Amino acid sequence: MSAAIEAPALDVRDVRRVYRSKPNDIVALAGVDLEVAPGEFFGLLGPNGAGKTTLIKILTTLLLPSSGTARVFGFDVVDDTKRIRRIMNMVAGGEQSGYGILTVRESLWMFGQFYGLGTRDAWKRVDELIDATGLQEQRDQRVATLSTGQRQKMNFARGLLNDPWIFFLDEPTLGLDVAAARSVRELVVQWKAAVPGRTILLTTHYMAEADELCDRIAIVDHGRILAIGTPAELKHRVQTESIFRLELDRLDAGAEALSRLPGVVSASVAADDGDGHERQDVVVNVVLADDAALGGVVTALGRLGSQIRSLRKSEPTLEDVFVELVGRGFAEADTADGTNRANATNGANGSKPRLAAESGQSAEAATGAEEELV
Amino acid sequence: MSSPFVYRPTDSPAAAATWTRRQAFATDLRAVWGRAYPRIRGMGREKSWIFFEILLPFLTTSAFVFVYRALNAPPQYIGFVVLGGAMTAFWLNVIWMMASQLYWEKSQGNLELYFAAPMDFMSVLFGMAIGGLVMSSVRAVVVLVVATTLYDVSFAVDQWLLLLAVFGLTLAALYGLGMILAALFLVWGREAFHLTQGLMEPVYFVSGLNFPVARLGIVGALAIGVMPLAVGLDAMRQLAFAGTDYPKGTPSPGVEALILVVMVAVSLLLARWILRRLEQVARREGRLSLRWQ
Repeated sequence: MSAAIEAPALDVRDVRRVYRSKPNDIVALAGVDLEVAPGEFFGLLGPNGAGKTTLIKILTTLLLPSSGTARVFGFDVVDDTKRIRRIMNMVAGGEQSGYGILTVRESLWMFGQFYGLGTRDAWKRVDELIDATGLQEQRDQRVATLSTGQRQKMNFARGLLNDPWIFFLDEPTLGLDVAAARSVRELVVQWKAAVPGRTILLTTHYMAEADELCDRIAIVDHGRILAIGTPAELKHRVQTESIFRLELDRLDAGAEALSRLPGVVSASVAADDGDGHERQDVVVNVVLADDAALGGVVTALGRLGSQIRSLRKSEPTLEDVFVELVGRGFAEADTADGTNRANATNGANGSKPRLAAESGQSAEAATGAEEELV
Repeated sequence: MSSPFVYRPTDSPAAAATWTRRQAFATDLRAVWGRAYPRIRGMGREKSWIFFEILLPFLTTSAFVFVYRALNAPPQYIGFVVLGGAMTAFWLNVIWMMASQLYWEKSQGNLELYFAAPMDFMSVLFGMAIGGLVMSSVRAVVVLVVATTLYDVSFAVDQWLLLLAVFGLTLAALYGLGMILAALFLVWGREAFHLTQGLMEPVYFVSGLNFPVARLGIVGALAIGVMPLAVGLDAMRQLAFAGTDYPKGTPSPGVEALILVVMVAVSLLLARWILRRLEQVARREGRLSLRWQ
């Protein structure tokens, strides 16, 4: 990290955001505190309607907090908007920005002008980013004809035009196929690694994505941060005991023989996988108070005449962490209240989403159906 | 450095955030050109505008020409209609591609990207205006040239410079009004869309697009005082058809040019003021973003 960077990349203090709505106001953020260091890849993980996007909108100066303070590299989101806009950029999943009538190259050039890139400089920069994002074949293709994945790559190129110090990514891989999502993730990682101090705030509800990319993660629900830590720290919160899965050739003495060993909390033979095939080996799940007890288990198995074919430590996932913290799973959270909250928020702030809902089509579809005006 | 991921390296975010006035101004100017670009570029790609923007309005103008001919109106009235037909292009452009444009930009997700960029948002409005001006000028010129040739319109211009100045001022005042309306869209959204739709025909009428506005008496006088299209068109008619008898009380082109100067100044300042105020309101109420994202 550059020695010149002194302020935290993000410094959020007791930020609340309330949307006025009838019959009840909607609390999108209920007092969020967050500090992200320069150079961090920070993730906000939570179901729909958790408040992730609202926080990003506040940090990108598009929305004012109802109360509290938020700073980006020391600049206040309420008063220093111009300065923040010079050092940041943002990309959202499913973004349909630009004008379909322009080619990829022209569209990126146009956005380059908004960031003050000189005319010739902008064309050069655009070509570099087109190459970097693998859009060479689509360079002169109209934006309206791009696939979802290609469009998102173009959005990334747009987001990198001004070489931001902080990059806000709001569900960037939403709706992408596996290959396109991987490509986008690789781009982000490469960009961040190129200069120390570059910071990323990623919102996602893909657990694996957050786990793979983020240095630290905040789990958000109902406008509150429930936990912050590295993925390992968060998982450790829900795993006070070690769980090992052992595949043995035989276990004549039964799992009870292992349960009685010192340091073993429990041992049980795993249920059949249900794949219809007769299993030759025995799978045992052993829960230990501490990893150190594993040696005793291995010794005991040798004494009992069992040969270990494989041994694997079971790691909890971020989903387990979420369930532990919230008391329900992600999908459950989305359907239980997330969608309702999101819809209610939409209705409070603009007529378009309400219209889309009334017509029974998705908001994105409604947008796509509109005639483009340049 | 050769990496595409390193472009304008700076020591720190603080250094990157500190721009000189010249840098900020240059960015604003580039943003004007950037926003005008899709409109100008799009003209050559979507040919349908030739039908909708030129042929159909030309037919409307022609209808009035035939009405005046049937009524044996003075020949200058044919010229009035042709000039009005040409200027309609700019009014329609202001209504559809200035006033309501931010409504579409929001739907497409562009609006939040414009606000998240470091340029002054007035640059976007200027860019929309310049792009729209170029588009509408083509239509206006085509209608003017074709109708003048076809209906044998004779112009009598004594003061070319003043005519050009009035034309320029009319466009500046019109697009200034468009900027004000566009700014209102930030907060009123769909309601503003209905408002501008509702304004279209009344403005056509009181602007005197197809007849001298002074014929409307006190309503015409009011229109000259507050509506750029009405005052500009009236001045241009007086200058383009010199020697024609105008109703008593019609202000001279010089006075009307001054009214336009005031309108330009007021509309630009007002647009800037409204924009700044309404940006704060829009940020407070969350109206800059697509809420479903």
